[in-house]
Amino acid sequence: MAANPLARLPDRDFDYWSAAHLLRRAGFGGTPEVIQTLLASGLDGAVDRLVEFTPTVDDGDRFDRDIMRPRSTEENRILSEARSRGDEATVERYRRDRQQRQKRDRAQLRKIRRWWLERMIKTTEPLEEKMTLFWHGHFATGYRTVEDSWHLMIQNRLFRAHALDDFATLTRSIIRDPAMLQYLDGDQNRKGRPNENLARELMELFVLGEGNGYTEADIREGARALTGFTYVDDDFTFRKDRHDAGQKSILGRRGSFDGDGFVDVLLAQPETSRFLCEKIYRFFVDDGPKSPDAEGRQVVEGMAKTLRRSKYRLGPVLGQLFRSRHFYAPERRASIVKSPIQLVVQSIRELGTPIRDENVLLEATDLMGQNLLQPPSVKGWDGGRSWINTATLFVRQNTLVYQLTGRLPGLDAAQNGAAAEPFASERLVDHLGTNGPPDPDLVVDYLLRFTLGTTPHPHRRETVRAFLRDVGDRIDRDRITAMLALITAMPEYQLA
Amino acid sequence: MSPEPRAYTRRVFLQRGATLASTAATIPWFVQNAAAGVMPTTNMISSIPGIPDDRVMVIIQLGGGNDGLNTVVPYYADEYARLRPRIGFGGPGSNRPAGAALELDEAAGLGLHPRLTGFKSLFDDGKLEIVQGVGYPNPNRSHFASMDIWHTGRSDGQGTGWLGRYFDNSCNGSPIPEAAISIGRRAPLALMGDVQKPVSFEDARLFRWKGEDLHDAMKAPYEKVVRAGALDGIDPDSQAAYLMRTSLDAQISSDRIRAAVKRSANAGYPRGPLADQLRLIAAMIRDGMPTRVYYATLGGFDTHGSQSGSHANLMGQLGDSVKAFQADLDAQGAADQVLTMVFSEFGRRVAENGSGGTDHGTAAPVFLIGNQVRPGLVGNHPSLTDLDGGDLRFGIDFRSVYAGLLTDWFKVDSASVLGTDHPPAHLLRS
Repeated sequence: MAANPLARLPDRDFDYWSAAHLLRRAGFGGTPEVIQTLLASGLDGAVDRLVEFTPTVDDGDRFDRDIMRPRSTEENRILSEARSRGDEATVERYRRDRQQRQKRDRAQLRKIRRWWLERMIKTTEPLEEKMTLFWHGHFATGYRTVEDSWHLMIQNRLFRAHALDDFATLTRSIIRDPAMLQYLDGDQNRKGRPNENLARELMELFVLGEGNGYTEADIREGARALTGFTYVDDDFTFRKDRHDAGQKSILGRRGSFDGDGFVDVLLAQPETSRFLCEKIYRFFVDDGPKSPDAEGRQVVEGMAKTLRRSKYRLGPVLGQLFRSRHFYAPERRASIVKSPIQLVVQSIRELGTPIRDENVLLEATDLMGQNLLQPPSVKGWDGGRSWINTATLFVRQNTLVYQLTGRLPGLDAAQNGAAAEPFASERLVDHLGTNGPPDPDLVVDYLLRFTLGTTPHPHRRETVRAFLRDVGDRIDRDRITAMLALITAMPEYQLA
Repeated sequence: MSPEPRAYTRRVFLQRGATLASTAATIPWFVQNAAAGVMPTTNMISSIPGIPDDRVMVIIQLGGGNDGLNTVVPYYADEYARLRPRIGFGGPGSNRPAGAALELDEAAGLGLHPRLTGFKSLFDDGKLEIVQGVGYPNPNRSHFASMDIWHTGRSDGQGTGWLGRYFDNSCNGSPIPEAAISIGRRAPLALMGDVQKPVSFEDARLFRWKGEDLHDAMKAPYEKVVRAGALDGIDPDSQAAYLMRTSLDAQISSDRIRAAVKRSANAGYPRGPLADQLRLIAAMIRDGMPTRVYYATLGGFDTHGSQSGSHANLMGQLGDSVKAFQADLDAQGAADQVLTMVFSEFGRRVAENGSGGTDHGTAAPVFLIGNQVRPGLVGNHPSLTDLDGGDLRFGIDFRSVYAGLLTDWFKVDSASVLGTDHPPAHLLRS
């Protein structure tokens, strides 16, 4: 084992397949041309290109922020007067209006999901979107509780704006975020009647990590510190009259902490940097049930040290990780189970399949267990092996068939797909033939390694090679697409 | 009805929920048993001494909020007639415009929706149990939120499903393939555990790879690829090996399910989506699938306007389909091993609205069907005079119903799944 767990990969070892691995992990993969470009910039250039990105333009303003606006004082007055004089018609009108707005808001939620998926598919700064997805799973909130699509949009923009920024600022922002305050009852947390929900999750899931030395008493005191942190319409507001300004004792520190003071106490704990880095490690390096292994634990320790030194800025941590020998080791290639979003976005960005219908893709990711803006709980998505079961495997395979061919996984699907946008699969192997069509052996080897992200097992190679011989041993669009359908049905295709 | 649940404040209730999550509900059942010195042997489901290992539970979810008051009809109550002038049924023989209920209990003045003839005949045969006034404190009127509460058995609707936890506790850390099967596109949260995940499919013909439709030559290499299991030289602990094994499991499930379904009975079932699902389920039970829980869904119960016709169709479909299912089970000699539960996320408000429909409400009846039920009416019909803002007050917490079924049907300690706040209701013959 290397003395320095985060020892740098020698430049000469940064080859085409390493560049492809980096692009899959730090983003959603790329076509052979994109990988070549990244490779040409060398290890430092490639990592800088991904990590030191210029934030993209935030075009979230296109959405309607007022669909779920609260009733005005005037409207409340009219409604309560109508109630007290038994004016059912007016009460009914208000009720209908709310139902209408909820309907419109659910429609807008679907639009926001499509907008985000499209960003992930088209972005020039993939790590920005990947970190936004990471934060969404980390500081998880869901629409069913929030019931305001614009609030989820505000939160999504917050995650993007702080994608690789410092964790301290992001945490101070999230305790002011309307969606989070609604989701974890922060808006009900007031002096004398504390609601512990947000304080508990800050300790257990968001900052410190379960079992890292806090007690129920610390949670109660943390909740007192957060009293009065609430929101009005779309904006954070501090209700001084609801805030408990008294002395608190949190993790052995005493003071008249407010929400920021509470967060500062958590950030001062050494466990915090380790907890966050382990989660980042599982997201970017290895998500197996025993991860991190012995060397991985040292890597996490090294990352945590960098994180503390950089005052919780994540850029330096990921820059170091993506340059490390550890990150590129053979056993770390194709060792993460693709999230459903990773699966569909990567096949578009890497294989170059048409986008097809985003609604179908979102429906498919939902069936695979990942519904954007509706994680299953405040824990976010468990990831790793939990994505995979007998039902989701078929959905994953059939979604790839749809992406490759346009065939919908329905009973009447025999005809559909006929008019689907063609997939120019031959582009994936264009660079293999200099004069005339490329050699079938070469194509099979390349497609397997490129698509699976690792050296294929001989069994797989023989199977695909035999199939190609059976169908005429020619390299053309249909045969490449058919081979891709087979390769993407391989169990190991679910790994990135 | 007991006033006790009303005494909970929202905060106390949320706190109880939180405590539940952090302790009892997460301790696997076999760990508790081990601690108590009764470590069971191998497979938890089939090796509990004295318990038949072939007990099956079928859940039928009525999506949208079934109008409980027009399902089990309190025709005795003047308030019912007064608050539902257009859609309310009269007692048997009445000439009210909406029609007359089928008799359930003359003394209590309770009847069934006139189209629930299927349930009426099950009731008369002693195979139907009606648990009245089932609900929970601080009722949520959002479909999604209330469904999540019913599925998780938790007041905040968060976390794993109640049956998923039951399986997690029973499976010693590795999932049991095909332990739970749901018919439908989306697997219900109720069946989702941390480890255990349900198999779900909308149509057995779709539970397969679509790529083989591209070309005849694709089938053979596909089979080779997905059925190889963990390949030589692959680290058995690796993610790749896990995926290869799961892939083989998926193929075996698919084979079994499609083979079972091919032999499904056609006779005796009415038309309609619920009957189709129950027919599939009966076929899988007949084929001896190792499945312990099947899940079927019937939607369309969100009857805000002109509900009389649409609700009557749903009632007809429900009663006739369940009756046909029970007859199919009887014919195959499986009726003793199957228990069916019918529930919805909430009932509807007592008063009909201005458009001949009903809006989201609270408590409603849960139905249990099978040879092992305690037939008849359980609990009291919720009062129509002592309302909570126009809504019924619940009498039995749905988690006590679950606890009763876990205890008396699956013979497990319900506290390991639902915590200790919900004593099991005594619902089955013992």
